[in-house]
Amino acid sequence: MNARVTQRPALWPAFVATAAVASFAYLFLRAEAQWEVAALAAGAVVALLVLGRTRLGAVVGSAWGARPTPLAWGALLAALVVVALFAEDHFALLMIATVLLYGVACLGLTIQFGYAGVVNFSGAAFFGVGGYTAAVLATHTALPHLLVVAVGGVLAGAIGSLLVLPLLRTRGHYAALITVAFAILFKTFLEVNDTLGGPQGLKVPGMRMLGWSFNDNILVGEDVELSFYLSYAVFSLLLLAGALVLVRRLERSWLGLSLDAVRIDETAASVFGFEVARWKILAFTLGNVLAGVAGAVYAMMTGFVAPASFTIAESLILVSIVILGGVGNPVGVLAATALVVVLPEKLQVIQEYRFLLFSGFVILVLLFRPEGLLPRKLRQYLPGWGRA
Amino acid sequence: MNEAALLRCEGLSVRFGGLTALNGFDLWLREGEILGLIGPNGSGKTTFFNTLTGLYRPASGRAWFAGAEITGLRPQAIYDAGIARTFQRSRLCLPLSVFDNLMIGNHRRLSLGLWFNLFRRTRFAGELQRHVERARALLAAFHPKLPERLFDPAGALGMIDRRRVEVCRALISEPRLLLLDEPSAGMTHDETRELMDDILATRERLPGLSIILIEHEMGVIERVSDRCVVLNFGEKICEGPFATVVADRQVQEAYLGVAA
Repeated sequence: MNARVTQRPALWPAFVATAAVASFAYLFLRAEAQWEVAALAAGAVVALLVLGRTRLGAVVGSAWGARPTPLAWGALLAALVVVALFAEDHFALLMIATVLLYGVACLGLTIQFGYAGVVNFSGAAFFGVGGYTAAVLATHTALPHLLVVAVGGVLAGAIGSLLVLPLLRTRGHYAALITVAFAILFKTFLEVNDTLGGPQGLKVPGMRMLGWSFNDNILVGEDVELSFYLSYAVFSLLLLAGALVLVRRLERSWLGLSLDAVRIDETAASVFGFEVARWKILAFTLGNVLAGVAGAVYAMMTGFVAPASFTIAESLILVSIVILGGVGNPVGVLAATALVVVLPEKLQVIQEYRFLLFSGFVILVLLFRPEGLLPRKLRQYLPGWGRA
Repeated sequence: MNEAALLRCEGLSVRFGGLTALNGFDLWLREGEILGLIGPNGSGKTTFFNTLTGLYRPASGRAWFAGAEITGLRPQAIYDAGIARTFQRSRLCLPLSVFDNLMIGNHRRLSLGLWFNLFRRTRFAGELQRHVERARALLAAFHPKLPERLFDPAGALGMIDRRRVEVCRALISEPRLLLLDEPSAGMTHDETRELMDDILATRERLPGLSIILIEHEMGVIERVSDRCVVLNFGEKICEGPFATVVADRQVQEAYLGVAA
């Protein structure tokens, strides 16, 4: 009769899972000794294998499917707790904020590549557009910084529209090549452009919001000094939460359906009235806006931007994160972002070989699990959808 | 020439480089009629469908549908005018659910505004519920067991159910003209007969619906079509009731080769 669920699955397994993931994140970020890091990583792999083989994973998954709202709040709370536990630790917070901001950019790529099928090998360039926008606007204007971040996103979207015309006229590999060309163009443009600092790049002022300076450590009472990265981590977390809600709702609507239709079969989609160009433009622009917003915040956090940070190699990492995590699955993409950003920082043995290991890993995934570590599931328009 | 024709094509020609895939093709179709379009492989049948639905542009000739000229319109405009089709090689979106596939056919009725979809979730849920019911009703009319598969991936369905879903995807937008491109391809005789039963039942239900059917199985054509048009090397060589057409010498030569 009704597509809504009749019997509500229990929530507690999902809450336990959230707590477990949060505790793991805490332990992993805190671990110093190399053996500790390696043991935790190995433990995670085993836990995931067990989860995949038993009904546990399905139970957690169906709880999320049926009642996502309380679980999402729970996850946000857990993330805040982890952030709070590292309140005095610069390095851990920087890593957390980096994961969160890269996550936002990769969600942008998910809209483009995962949903609309528009490959973007210049993700880092749009991230960079946001960064440079923040550098210029925050230095030379009195614009409120929240607005600066927004303009960073809008500008990334607008510059992306330069690529729209050639992208619409090509398909597949040729479209991909256009974005590769743009990535190279962008870096070269920055390197020879003296007003934008040339190869040395630009300094970026720290974020200020409502009189609150993000770049000052936070003094609590007399002797507790919290890391200034705390502000950035919390802000990035809220940004990511917003991006996740946006991407989720996009996928679970007629918009997501339209993007899928265009990706899977452009010809069939046009025969059923879909305006292929409209959907590709929407996805490409929206994705670039997310990348630009993330780039603006990241630049303000790290205090400087330079062409070397926005190379095609960086773009490739973003694309690989999307492939690794699961094309079109936001949760998988976030897990992959954490893996790719944090693991090399913690496991110093692999630091030097990170690109080698990383590319090997991507090849393995493509060979044996081409849909990514966490493959996308069928669309669930509403909570509890599909249990007829 | 029938003035009250739903569809009328005059002198349609399509060329690919030096190859003339369709040459001066004339065709008319009454409302509610089922027309069988037959001819050997490569005779231009699918090319005609692709031209009619705006995927190919004709080199010359014109077409009218429901009183308005549709020559050279984009596929999206043809769909909006009320022509829907299936494809020779199934083009369902296999990773998507049956429901999603039907909604692709239902494009015309979906509210596609950004604000509505992202922020008016309650109203969206209401619209969604109405479409679920429509989809269920349509599938049930085709086969009583089909609605059970509404939330399964289309790729999990067997061949005949995929074909049914594909026909439903074309029908859900309530077109005035349905183009079926070899619906029996890849199916057994029994399956083909079942599918044709479904199509005939659909016609009973929707008497105004016109259908052009491309088919190689002559038994199917005989059973289903009111009139036949035979193509060979891009040209119409014969037209009329099935019995007339199969008795035609030119048609026999086209299919079997020139008699010694």
